[in-house]
Amino acid sequence: MTKLNAKIPSGPLAEKWTHYKTDQKLVNPANKRKLDIIVVGTGLAGAAAAASFGEMGFKVKVFCIQDSPRRAHSIAAQGGINAAKNYPNDGDSVYRLFYDTIKGGDYRAREANVYRLAEVSNSIIDQCVAQGVPFAREYSGYLDNRSFGGAQVSRTFYARGQTGQQLLLGAYGALSKEIGLGHVELFHRHEMLDLVLVDGRARGIVARNVVTGELERFAAHAVVLATGGYGNVYFLSTNAMNSNASAAMRAFKRGAYFANPAYVQIHPTCIPVHGDYQSKLTLMSESLRNDGRIWVPKKKEDAERVRKGTMKPIDIPEADRDYYLERRYPAFGNLVPRDVASRAAKERCDAGFGVGNTGLAVYLDFAESIQRLGRNVIEARYGNLFQMYEKIVDENPYETPMMIYPAVHYTMGGLWVDYELQTTIPGLFAAGEANFSDHGANRLGASALMQGLADGYFVLPYTIQNYLADQISVPRFKTDTPEFDEAERKIQFEIDRLLSIKGKQSVDTFHRKLGIIMWENVGMGRNEAGLKLAIEKIQLLREEFWKDVRVVGSKTGVNQELEKALRLIDYLELGELMARDALLRNESCGGHFREEYQTEDGEALRDDQNYKYVSAWEYKPGDVPEKHIEPLNYEFIEVKTRNYKV
Amino acid sequence: MKLTLKIWRQENAKAKGRFETYKLDNISSDCSFLEMLDILNEQLVNDQIKLPVDTISFDHDCREGICGMCSLYINGRPHGPEQGTTVCQLHMRHFKDGDTITIEPWRAGPFPVVKDLMVDRLAFDKIIQAGGFTSVSTGGVPDANAIPIRKEDADLAMDAAACIGCGACVAACKNASAMLFVAAKVSQFALLPQGQIEARERVHAMVAKMDELGFGNCSNTYACEAECPKNISVENIARMNREYFSQAITKANRNQSGGGAG
Repeated sequence: MTKLNAKIPSGPLAEKWTHYKTDQKLVNPANKRKLDIIVVGTGLAGAAAAASFGEMGFKVKVFCIQDSPRRAHSIAAQGGINAAKNYPNDGDSVYRLFYDTIKGGDYRAREANVYRLAEVSNSIIDQCVAQGVPFAREYSGYLDNRSFGGAQVSRTFYARGQTGQQLLLGAYGALSKEIGLGHVELFHRHEMLDLVLVDGRARGIVARNVVTGELERFAAHAVVLATGGYGNVYFLSTNAMNSNASAAMRAFKRGAYFANPAYVQIHPTCIPVHGDYQSKLTLMSESLRNDGRIWVPKKKEDAERVRKGTMKPIDIPEADRDYYLERRYPAFGNLVPRDVASRAAKERCDAGFGVGNTGLAVYLDFAESIQRLGRNVIEARYGNLFQMYEKIVDENPYETPMMIYPAVHYTMGGLWVDYELQTTIPGLFAAGEANFSDHGANRLGASALMQGLADGYFVLPYTIQNYLADQISVPRFKTDTPEFDEAERKIQFEIDRLLSIKGKQSVDTFHRKLGIIMWENVGMGRNEAGLKLAIEKIQLLREEFWKDVRVVGSKTGVNQELEKALRLIDYLELGELMARDALLRNESCGGHFREEYQTEDGEALRDDQNYKYVSAWEYKPGDVPEKHIEPLNYEFIEVKTRNYKV
Repeated sequence: MKLTLKIWRQENAKAKGRFETYKLDNISSDCSFLEMLDILNEQLVNDQIKLPVDTISFDHDCREGICGMCSLYINGRPHGPEQGTTVCQLHMRHFKDGDTITIEPWRAGPFPVVKDLMVDRLAFDKIIQAGGFTSVSTGGVPDANAIPIRKEDADLAMDAAACIGCGACVAACKNASAMLFVAAKVSQFALLPQGQIEARERVHAMVAKMDELGFGNCSNTYACEAECPKNISVENIARMNREYFSQAITKANRNQSGGGAG
């Protein structure tokens, strides 16, 4: 078994990053001009990295699948971004942000990476303010903060309910500046379909130009994947329609290990599913839990009445409401972490107390806050979210409680990376949601934006130099090599095969089937039998797909059906990998809840003796992937049972 | 709901386009507009007789009204009949059973059709590349609270910054003017101290790029504001004009006083 080397610097926790930066190799300005870097993805991590590399003097090629880098799905993040500024003077510190993140991740993240994340968090806020990001401010003119789940301090910076948009537009501005200056070259409407290795190192990509349908080759000295998460395996998720797992999966097939694929975050506050034609789910920001109270009826009769529509939620008296999060977790109440809140909602609905016409919903109620603070204050804080809710559901949340239910939102798993964010393929780096490194088994709210920008602005610009310093004598690459030929031939074969099947079922039909298998068996509650069944069903579905899929249109020009089919190939393999990982992790931790492993009162039961590790999967052509282990050593904090009750 | 759809089909940028008519039945009023198109595409795929068929291409991504990718011209209005709403947030409950709906791509010279309902909006990126940023590099900036900003100014900057770059303003304008888009970015920075350093260069560079790319002059009809899914105000255009002329005067004064620093 390969030994995974995380390359964690020695020394005390608070000094590791400083030590690393002191000892790392650098590339001088004249040499930077001779080195090319490919960045795939233009979300927070990709745009920040590409802009920073360009400023430093590297030659950068950046790729996005949409018509503009500004469309990347980071744009949809609503609530905020964490930092350890301690502006409100409420007891925050770098150590506390680090501690909360490790604890929130259920002690399944790497200590050194998470400490570095907390350490650079403050610089992110400084950078964004300097870019002109219009964060919310107090009347004093200074920055405002709010609270998010899993924290007892207010450390979340925000820009109304559009924090992701504003941070992304900041990074997009920086990237645009570098494109304008000619340091970065943009390839929009390009989708990466393979990674090219030369002598074992990542040296380029093959991407499909989705306008012409042509396969194009690009070479570089290093490749950065900032291609987001894989939540769309489930078909229904809060991810954008074009978010996909292909870049990561194709890197996996070229030798990059895939870490913790089973760790998926199911977000507690999403608008419930309403019909079988539904294409995606919409998140309602976690920030709503600052002022909204979550409840279901205490009596099953009442729950049944509201489901049938013979009773309105506002007519249920206070004494007959069960504020189950406040009841079960008095210390954190409605602001428990996402995994805990999601499971609690599922528990109530499974027990027959759910509301909405499907019974798969709980209330998020603002009546008390509106009474306490006034409607105008609630409107100022959450106006756009309330408006979005009303547009979708056709109900006014100022007058009747919102209905919410958990939905797939974020994937903590991703490509395995070391402390330098380098994958197991030399020269291939992964940043943001595409890597696995910082959130353990559960991510805290407002930490995804923090991690994406930390990786892009403040980690990769250092660590990539340590790699490229050894590459300065390597001349620019040509793309007319056997390695590029082979990669392109492989994709061409795949495309021709898809178009030639001419079966009876559409791409989406298969994707929906996969989604149901995943949601039922690899969702909020998992067990051995269900996971084994999922693996079997996915294998059968994959066979059926290759026999009966119907991909219309041609390979030249725009063909959105073909784009979806190519992505589904990878989902059909990743889904199985997720189930395998979940099956072998015989414990419950964070977003991974194995029904066999729970306490008497239904809390997750971790097994630190046997599972305090990262699972990292290696692709084996024609065989099941092989699992490797990176043990997690907690040198600096005491590993405890996660408790949000007291 | 029963619907008749007249949809613009165009093979690629060079091909000649045409309207095609499609019939749909059993559409739920809770369905979103884009989900209705998904259903139509699914129907086209399942149509076994007319091989080879091709689905209708349209841009979409987040389906939450924030990425700015969706861009349909519905019954003569960008993003359809609902005020302050992107197509992806538009639901079929705003249409009637038996309706005929006409769906076209954005129609503006600087936004060429890519295929069917997809257009190329690279021109917007080019305008931003000309100056829609502060020229700060990563690192070496002061503490975030070292620059206090009046809440009112920060809020107004946020109002302007809420633009999603969808291009509805251009599509709505009879002159295909990009004034509202450019003004929103210029305003965001004009309202913030961080934007002052490069204020003069920014407004001139962005306006020059806008003209160069073939966007027309402001029509003063305010159709842009009326059709903006994010309700970006035309006050931003006034602010940009002030900014443009006051920066031009400053430049002229500097040149006159012999500094030659323009």
